[in-house]
Amino acid sequence: MGDFLSIAISIAFHGLALAMVLYLISVGLSVTMGLMGFVNLAHGAFAMAGGYAMTTLMNRYGAPFWLALVAAVVIVGFASLVLERVLYRRFYGGGELNQVLLTMGLIFMSVGAATYFWGPVAQPIQLPQALRGQIDLGVRDFPVYRSFLILCGALLVTALWLALERTRFGVRVRAAVDNLAMAQTLGVNTSRLFALAFGLGSALAALGGGLGAELLAITPGYALDNLVYFLIVVAVGGLGSIRGPFVAALILGVADTAFKYAAPELGAFFIYALTMGLLLWRPRGIFGPA
Amino acid sequence: MSAGLETQGLYKSFGALAVANAIDFRLERGARHALIGPNGAGKTSFVNLVTGALRPGAGRILLGGEDVTSLPQAARVKRGLVRTFQINALFRRLSVLENVTLAIAERDGVAEDFVRPAGRHRAVIEEAFALLERLGLAEEALRPVSELAYGRQRMTEIAVALGLAPKVLLLDEPAAGVPSGETATIVDLIERLPSEISVLIIEHDMELVFRLARRITVLVQGSVLVEGTPREIADDPRVRQVYLGERRHA
Amino acid sequence: MPDARRSMLDAFARRHRLHVLEGLPWGVAIAAYFAFPDYLALGAQILAVIIFALSVDLVLGYAGIVTLGQAAFFGTGAYTAGILAANGWGEPLTGLLAAGAMAGAIGLLSGAIILRTSGLTLLMQTLVVAAMLYEAANKGGRITGGSDGLQGMDVWPILGKFRFDMFGHTAYLYCLAVLAVAWIAVRALVHSAFGRSLTGIRENVTRMHAIGAPVDRRKLVVYTVSAVLAGVSGGLIAQTTQFVGLGVLSLERSGTILIMLIIGGVGQLYGAFIGVPLYMIAQDRFSTIDPTYWYFWIGLFMVLMVVFAPGGVLGFFTRRRARRDKP
Repeated sequence: MGDFLSIAISIAFHGLALAMVLYLISVGLSVTMGLMGFVNLAHGAFAMAGGYAMTTLMNRYGAPFWLALVAAVVIVGFASLVLERVLYRRFYGGGELNQVLLTMGLIFMSVGAATYFWGPVAQPIQLPQALRGQIDLGVRDFPVYRSFLILCGALLVTALWLALERTRFGVRVRAAVDNLAMAQTLGVNTSRLFALAFGLGSALAALGGGLGAELLAITPGYALDNLVYFLIVVAVGGLGSIRGPFVAALILGVADTAFKYAAPELGAFFIYALTMGLLLWRPRGIFGPA
Repeated sequence: MSAGLETQGLYKSFGALAVANAIDFRLERGARHALIGPNGAGKTSFVNLVTGALRPGAGRILLGGEDVTSLPQAARVKRGLVRTFQINALFRRLSVLENVTLAIAERDGVAEDFVRPAGRHRAVIEEAFALLERLGLAEEALRPVSELAYGRQRMTEIAVALGLAPKVLLLDEPAAGVPSGETATIVDLIERLPSEISVLIIEHDMELVFRLARRITVLVQGSVLVEGTPREIADDPRVRQVYLGERRHA
Repeated sequence: MPDARRSMLDAFARRHRLHVLEGLPWGVAIAAYFAFPDYLALGAQILAVIIFALSVDLVLGYAGIVTLGQAAFFGTGAYTAGILAANGWGEPLTGLLAAGAMAGAIGLLSGAIILRTSGLTLLMQTLVVAAMLYEAANKGGRITGGSDGLQGMDVWPILGKFRFDMFGHTAYLYCLAVLAVAWIAVRALVHSAFGRSLTGIRENVTRMHAIGAPVDRRKLVVYTVSAVLAGVSGGLIAQTTQFVGLGVLSLERSGTILIMLIIGGVGQLYGAFIGVPLYMIAQDRFSTIDPTYWYFWIGLFMVLMVVFAPGGVLGFFTRRRARRDKP
């Protein structure tokens, strides 16, 4: 019994860490899709870019972990703003098909570009001393890195929730997600709102990509390989929601870890079956519009 | 003799808002009936409930005496319950003729044929074109709907509805958005509709209502306020208050 | 009825008539057989994949269902034909029928479950179905060969006589014949009243409901037919290459077939005949020059296309003709 509990705790813990990474990356996508109605399949590329930027700064230029991470987030955030203005903006309110095609094209470009600059092998990541090893959290020892991920995730989730509830930016985002035309009539500069939300979401994705580099390896195929998981978090959580993807990421993270442990020969099959069931039960997501 | 269309205790709410509050309504056969009321009264919701686009919380809907409450929208259409939309719902990139032939093909069951080319069903095409001729749309038959003037598009909307050989026709604000120069043809068309068809018009334009309707129902906040002949409605103080009251707030 | 009106109706009623230009792809295909004897293997694959693109065009271009999971049916067909051939039953024609039937069954089953949704949810569900099958194939190593792929296929000669040779002669003509049959079926479907109603579903589904069309049933029918075609395409690929890898079920496969169709043009039947050869020949040429970065260039091409020429090659010509015809 003690053994089972220990395993359960371990699964919950690792699942939680994975959930945090998935959430960080996907929350931006949820807002983009709920706010701009834009199916951005290439969102994972921002996470990948964050991962590559961070590891390159660390491995090639010897930058310390924290600096590299922050720099990566900032770089990707700005790059995403440019991309939004130059490219994405043309397709808001347009047909879904064009958005799918555009972002599929971007994914393919990211795969090719990453292969060109960094080669096909996963980027090695050197965790700083502070994040290595184990830490005693009372009940038992846990890896420091994963504990840190969970802590980071929790802090960020809280910060996001507060931002959404308390700041003017947050109110505007919520209003625009709820009823775009109305928000525009009320004087919200939706074009700037979209850009900011997009930039923030991409920056968060870069953060998730960098932080989560040990869990989701930084390879050229990153955006394509992990796409389904990011989409699951968003679709199951509910577009435009901040809370929904959190719950969905928890379910997905823990379920994935549990299944990989308990039934590795079935792989992600049950995850997909679970996703299908959840979407049939709640087609607009658990926290989506009714 | 059963009514063309009847609702009994029709009820629908969204949360705390009751858009249909136990509505009892009768549309007699061959009627020219108007449904009026201030904005948000629930008129379009009523049409959606009756046609099956919206499921009621409670109540019954009878079409020609038959209970259709649990039937899906398509089945009601097959039984002759046809509507037009307040904002045109047409196949904008397709031609006017194609819009109508699609409707007639559905009515006739021709649309299930996946082998023979559509063009072989000549009868459908001829009937569609004849309908367009009667409505004065023949000149533009092969033009895409999106290229037509808005008033002509509205006419196409009605043409599609007529192509379905309706027994009960629900016109949701047929003149809405139409420039005043073009409304005459629409009004004319409605006046010339065959007398066997039971027609319910939802309208804001009082002139139109008093010209076309023989009976009027006033809907306010999901409930029937009063029903009667145009004269009775015009003289009813409650109706005046509902509209006057609105104007005072404007 | 005045003559002008009668001829207008006649033109409307004759839209399905075979146009001279429609013989062009077949002329090219037959000419290619003689002109490029060294490339028949690639040619056979192109012909097979055109069937796949046609299946996507049916569902996407005509019915307007946006899906990223067509590889599910393609892959099912490929594995069905492959597994049969690897386990003693190498008869190609029945193998192909089995491939189509299996894929159609999966299409019918999944479609019945997921087609009630739309938008992102539907897109997700199509992805999930394909992903589930991918996992099943990946882990079902004993039957499917897992990540190494299915080996040991032994495909018998067609009709007992036409052996699959090294140069692809048989494969090419086999694929051409199957494509011809598929094309006849798709063309008939698209021009039929049923096919026209699919266009209606794509253009305005609310209106389709309001004219009494059984929309859900129609969508399911076209989805299943599309799945059968995709399965046949997969089966052909398996039989002519004598190998099935996991890639047939991948998201990448679903993405690339979409790209191929878009290049040619969606919803106009011949987009498949233009886009697939262009893509596959370009990829073939590119792989000799610079295999690793193909994805970058095709991705860039995609992006540019969506921005500047969303209708694909056919769309470009239609727009030009429309501009010329305007008074």
